[in-house]
Amino acid sequence: MTFDFSAFWGALTSEAFFRGACITVILSVLSHGVGILISIPVAVTINRGGGFLPKTLKGLVGVLRGAPTLLQLLFVWNALPQFFPIFREPWFTPFLAAWIALSLNEAAYQVEINRAALKAVDPGQEDAGKALGLSRFQIFRYVTLPQAMRVAIPPTANEFITLLKITSLASVISLQELMSAASRAVSTTFQFSEYYAAALVYYLIMVYTLVFLQGKLERKYSWDRSRVEAAGDAGAVQKAMALMRRA
Amino acid sequence: MSEIIRLTNVGKNYGAFQVLQGINLSVSKGEKIVICGPSGSGKSTLIRCINHLSPHDVGTIHVNNVELDGNTKNVGTIRCEVGMVFQGFNLFPHLSVLENCVLAPMKVRGKSRAEAEETAIRLLGRVHIANQAHKMPSQLSGGQQQRVAIARALCMEPEVMLFDEPTSALDPEMVGEVLDVMVELAGGGMTMLCVTHEMGFARKVADRIIFMDAGQVVEVAPPDEFFDAPKSDRARNFLSQLLH
Repeated sequence: MTFDFSAFWGALTSEAFFRGACITVILSVLSHGVGILISIPVAVTINRGGGFLPKTLKGLVGVLRGAPTLLQLLFVWNALPQFFPIFREPWFTPFLAAWIALSLNEAAYQVEINRAALKAVDPGQEDAGKALGLSRFQIFRYVTLPQAMRVAIPPTANEFITLLKITSLASVISLQELMSAASRAVSTTFQFSEYYAAALVYYLIMVYTLVFLQGKLERKYSWDRSRVEAAGDAGAVQKAMALMRRA
Repeated sequence: MSEIIRLTNVGKNYGAFQVLQGINLSVSKGEKIVICGPSGSGKSTLIRCINHLSPHDVGTIHVNNVELDGNTKNVGTIRCEVGMVFQGFNLFPHLSVLENCVLAPMKVRGKSRAEAEETAIRLLGRVHIANQAHKMPSQLSGGQQQRVAIARALCMEPEVMLFDEPTSALDPEMVGEVLDVMVELAGGGMTMLCVTHEMGFARKVADRIIFMDAGQVVEVAPPDEFFDAPKSDRARNFLSQLLH
């Protein structure tokens, strides 16, 4: 068993893999972006409790979380055009279908992350905002949201990593994302390890870039000990450099 | 002296439980009132009704002749005139001390940043903490945090200050610094309603003591009269337990 490095390198630098990776990233970012935008008002509404709207939304979230993602993708791509003729037009591409399906799916998971994060904020914070005369929206925007975001960042990054890999399911509706580019290459050459390794490298680069960004975001939204300690660390480095200069 | 707060027959229920019933109270401008009583007697709920944090169910509440009737505009007007200090400080942990103090004046009163900061620094000075303005709340002690909370409320330039057990969550050695600030504030003529168990403070500062039990006002008296010769058995009982 040999590993053909030139085939691996060829795949890594091929246009098909690069385009596939771009589609994967763009689809993930767009789906998660729309998912987050939908999920924030839904989470706020559900957390408010009883009534018709919160219950309906809760039911919808249940369906979207309960149905397999693959089923949702196939439903949007195959079944939606049967119900609505408008989706039979040529503008309804596999990319658009995957974007719709994954956005809804992601919104449902993100609703639960947001609900937990919003509930983690001390109710006394809202009292303080009200007592100062801030409006409900101002309290949400300036008091609750920044505190909930800190709690939501790690699970949201987790969710994005899962999504990045779930986009490979979209190959079943003939979207030419990274995994289908790899599969196609394999099916003509049977050089499994070389092409799969190239795909793996792409996925790892994407995930580690995200982990790096997550760390930056978490530092931006930390306001207690960690920031103080970080400042302390900088002091230690400066002290060490001062010592070296003296020596 | 002109009247600033009037409660007429105010009542509140949590389900079948009556937290407050038949509360009548008139507060004049500049008056200092201490509310005391056993735990669960409705003291905190009473002052939380005055800025609509706990909406009342029965009766009427007027602040500065504006009725607190659930109308969002009226509630907003009254909250601007009534500052509140909480037992748990409730500072915004993601904002610096200064940002805590300028948020509401800028967003609610529409002040410019420069103007709001100038007021904030002046008031932080008044609670002896101006040198900590750029720190985060978590870097301060409990007593310092509570003093910032007082300054934050004062930055809205309220006419009335409500204190909901402001020293109950503090270590004993920090109680004094917060009470000192409250005494200074009282000396400056602020109208104050304080729920507190600090009887020394009550004796020194209060014009009237309101003793509550089981959701009702049992006794209203000047501090000397209340502490030396309480009229009701329940007040006598409560005071004797405090001395243990």
